[in-house]
Amino acid sequence: MPQPLNYLKETASQTAGPYVHIGLIPAMAGFDIFEKNFSNVLVTPNTQGERIVLEGKVLDGTGSPLRDVLLEIWQANAAGRYNHPADRSAGALEQDFRGWGRAGSDFESGLVTFETIKPGAITDKTGRKCAPHVNVWIVARGINIGLNTRLYFSDEEAANAADPVLNLVEPAVRRKTLIATRSERGGKVVYSFTINLQGPEETVFFDV
Amino acid sequence: MNAQAPALQDPRLNRPEPFAPPLGDGGFFQRDRSMHPPAHAPGYKSSVLRSPRQALLSLENTVSEITGPVFGHNDLGPLDNDLVRNYAKDGDPVGERIIVHGRVLDETGRGVPNTLVEFWQANAGGRYRHKKDTYLAPIDPNFGGCGRALTDDTGYYYFRTVKPGPYPWRNYVNSWRPAHIHFSVFGSGFAQRLITQMYFEGDPLIPICPILTTIPDKDALDRLVAPLDLNASTPFDSLAYRFDIVLRGQRSTYFENRTEGN
Repeated sequence: MPQPLNYLKETASQTAGPYVHIGLIPAMAGFDIFEKNFSNVLVTPNTQGERIVLEGKVLDGTGSPLRDVLLEIWQANAAGRYNHPADRSAGALEQDFRGWGRAGSDFESGLVTFETIKPGAITDKTGRKCAPHVNVWIVARGINIGLNTRLYFSDEEAANAADPVLNLVEPAVRRKTLIATRSERGGKVVYSFTINLQGPEETVFFDV
Repeated sequence: MNAQAPALQDPRLNRPEPFAPPLGDGGFFQRDRSMHPPAHAPGYKSSVLRSPRQALLSLENTVSEITGPVFGHNDLGPLDNDLVRNYAKDGDPVGERIIVHGRVLDETGRGVPNTLVEFWQANAGGRYRHKKDTYLAPIDPNFGGCGRALTDDTGYYYFRTVKPGPYPWRNYVNSWRPAHIHFSVFGSGFAQRLITQMYFEGDPLIPICPILTTIPDKDALDRLVAPLDLNASTPFDSLAYRFDIVLRGQRSTYFENRTEGN
């Protein structure tokens, strides 16, 4: 027998279930319990950068919106810097911009929205520039292990074309499933996305 | 006369950089998907239309995955880890009082410090305080059913609650969930993000649960079952259950000859 390798094993994932709101967004479950709550608003009046709304739906294999889904986003600030010690890039840190938010879909329409800023281009550990993007994590009833995907921005064509992660996606036609479309509505910049869990337009999900 | 053959160049001379030490790039260990339920698990019917069918695209961890949100005590309130008291209106909630405690570790066995753990559950009768739950068991006016805690420097967390009840759900006509508590854990990077459920030792509903049995590995399933921990129980007050949670291991980050996390 060789020497044992005493690594532990990761705890198995289980679905977040239909009542995920109780734990993570209790106001949506219908009650008020915590003094401080997490939300889908990432910005404060002091946050640097272009204010944007991320808005979209997650669709099941019949094209119907999930009305009990929960999304979390994790992103860099406008200078392309993540608020975390493992990001050693040069962009300026903003202490009051955590860069993280969570949102439940509307129980009727399935619409998910975040109020945030457009992140800057990210510099990876080898010094490469990566196109601005938002990291997305999706859980719900029927989703056995959280799904990881990304949202890129439709007005960043040159950066997207050079992005090392987008360029891994084959066939290339699937890259568009990761790109949110910019529009302006009522004086706000809105990036719209659709996450398809199945079908010919199935979104690219990552094993990170 | 033979021409002198060019000296074979030592290929190492083309690599003046020292190579990184093993476990040194800050990424997370590759996820062992055989320890997790597959996305498409027909016995759990809700997964059928909600499971991606294309292969996941494997991504070497970039700065986007090895970083993640940081939480602190300022995010929490003083009663957040006490489900017996955090929604009490005119008395304590009904049910068996229990303490749940354990450590959040990574696959190397190190504690994960200062990480946010969130938990939610049904009340002692198996009813959730949620506007979409219509099970006939009554709402408990003194029980909200959610809480959260930050692990300490060693990865330890604890909270107090009442033991949740089992409840029926629409999968097969007679499907019942074993008593369980939902857990959400962050870790230090977004790629460690995990939601799971804790079950209770000895529950006869465990081996027939269509959600639990989506896990193909028997040992992985057993690791979701918390044992009774009599040593941590409070005499004449609360029983205790022990639940350790393991997140993906992290390769240390070496930076300018300085090591972190080792």
